Amino acid sequence: MSESRRTWQDVILPWATCVSMLAAILMVFLLVPSERDQGIVQRIFYFHVNLAWMAFGGFALVAGTSAWFLRTGSRRADRLAHANAEVGMLYTTLVLITGPIWARPIWGVWWTWDPRLTMTVVLWAIYAAYLMLRRLGGDDDTILRYAAVLGIVGSLDIPLLILAVRLWRGVHPAVMLSEDPDAGLKDPMMGWTMMVSALALGLLFTWLVSLRARLLAVDETVAAMHLEGAR
Amino acid sequence: MWTIVRKDLAIELRTGEMASSMFLLALLIILVFAFTLEPERLVAPEFLAGLSWTTLLVAGTLALNRSFVLEREAGGLTGLALAPIDRGSIYLGKALGNFFLLLVAGLVLLPLIAILLGTRGLAPTWLLPLVLLLGVAGIAAIGTLCAAIASRTRAREVLLPILMFPLLAPLLIAATRTTAGALVGESAADLQSWLLMLGGFDIVFATAGWLSFDVLLEE
Repeated sequence: MSESRRTWQDVILPWATCVSMLAAILMVFLLVPSERDQGIVQRIFYFHVNLAWMAFGGFALVAGTSAWFLRTGSRRADRLAHANAEVGMLYTTLVLITGPIWARPIWGVWWTWDPRLTMTVVLWAIYAAYLMLRRLGGDDDTILRYAAVLGIVGSLDIPLLILAVRLWRGVHPAVMLSEDPDAGLKDPMMGWTMMVSALALGLLFTWLVSLRARLLAVDETVAAMHLEGAR
Repeated sequence: MWTIVRKDLAIELRTGEMASSMFLLALLIILVFAFTLEPERLVAPEFLAGLSWTTLLVAGTLALNRSFVLEREAGGLTGLALAPIDRGSIYLGKALGNFFLLLVAGLVLLPLIAILLGTRGLAPTWLLPLVLLLGVAGIAAIGTLCAAIASRTRAREVLLPILMFPLLAPLLIAATRTTAGALVGESAADLQSWLLMLGGFDIVFATAGWLSFDVLLEE
């Protein structure tokens, strides 16, 4: 259950997140040179690409913790799955916001049905469905198992989805190349900025998940206390 | 397992509730398409394929929603879960029942849409029924699983499509593409990778549903 003493998460995670985030912002806006062809808009990649990778990783974590929950029935695993899905949803949303900001000046459109974009928006919908199930499911304990099953089935969908959208739209090499930040990045500073941004966003992800998981644990304790009181 | 299929189909045959409401809804959707999309412009077979699957999906949602609501209302699911059979078989039985219902719906709908939203220059091949079969099997596999999950919650009618549509995205892409191909007489070799994908999708999710019912029905 919830712990009242301060753990390493309370001290290290917020500070590390703040410091690395400030460093990342500093590097993105002031230190790193702009890419030659795309100009200043390209700098959004340092966040956009990392957010996307972590959103995908979050999905894998949801599936992993769901399997862990089904195997052991551990409430902690269930809370982690829930928290991961929430933060993953947040990151996917940010990906979908930062993407068009870049796409509009470079591609000339806000949105196009490119394989990666299609995949991201479907992923977003699967996350949304998962969280909707958790919200509408009520307090019933069986719903936790249902959500876990959905978390795993959802991840089964990903490889098929990747296959389908690739076959459907084909790969746009020119677009892909310019979307790949390493391709046009010659300055070593760009690599460093990418890494620091990844670190900052990764720490933020972990911090948010740990906060949410703890809050969910407190929720459960409060609900249990209400039950006690009602008796 | 076959008993469940027989039971579900027997209920359906006797009442005809689901089939008639599905048919009516499908017909209305086609009407809506006709009003909103200007039938004269819908000459490309891609449109026909897309509209068919959209119609089938929405009408099918209705049937899938019912498949567990009936059981929950009558306490039938508890009975089934208590019965000395493998829980996976309950899933397979339910999914097969839905599959047959959707298949019949598809067989009626496809020609109807072709006639009403009339497209010229169609050359349907023997692949068309195969595509319909594979596509409908995928909808039944995912739909039955999602319906079982959604039936536990307060807003099940709303939740089912929310759960089901994003998971069906790869299937719908493949089904529409192959249907369009089959409508204009593309050969099996042209559509090979798509057909394999449809089959793969069916197998993956039928297996997932079969395995997960063990967990889902534990009360």
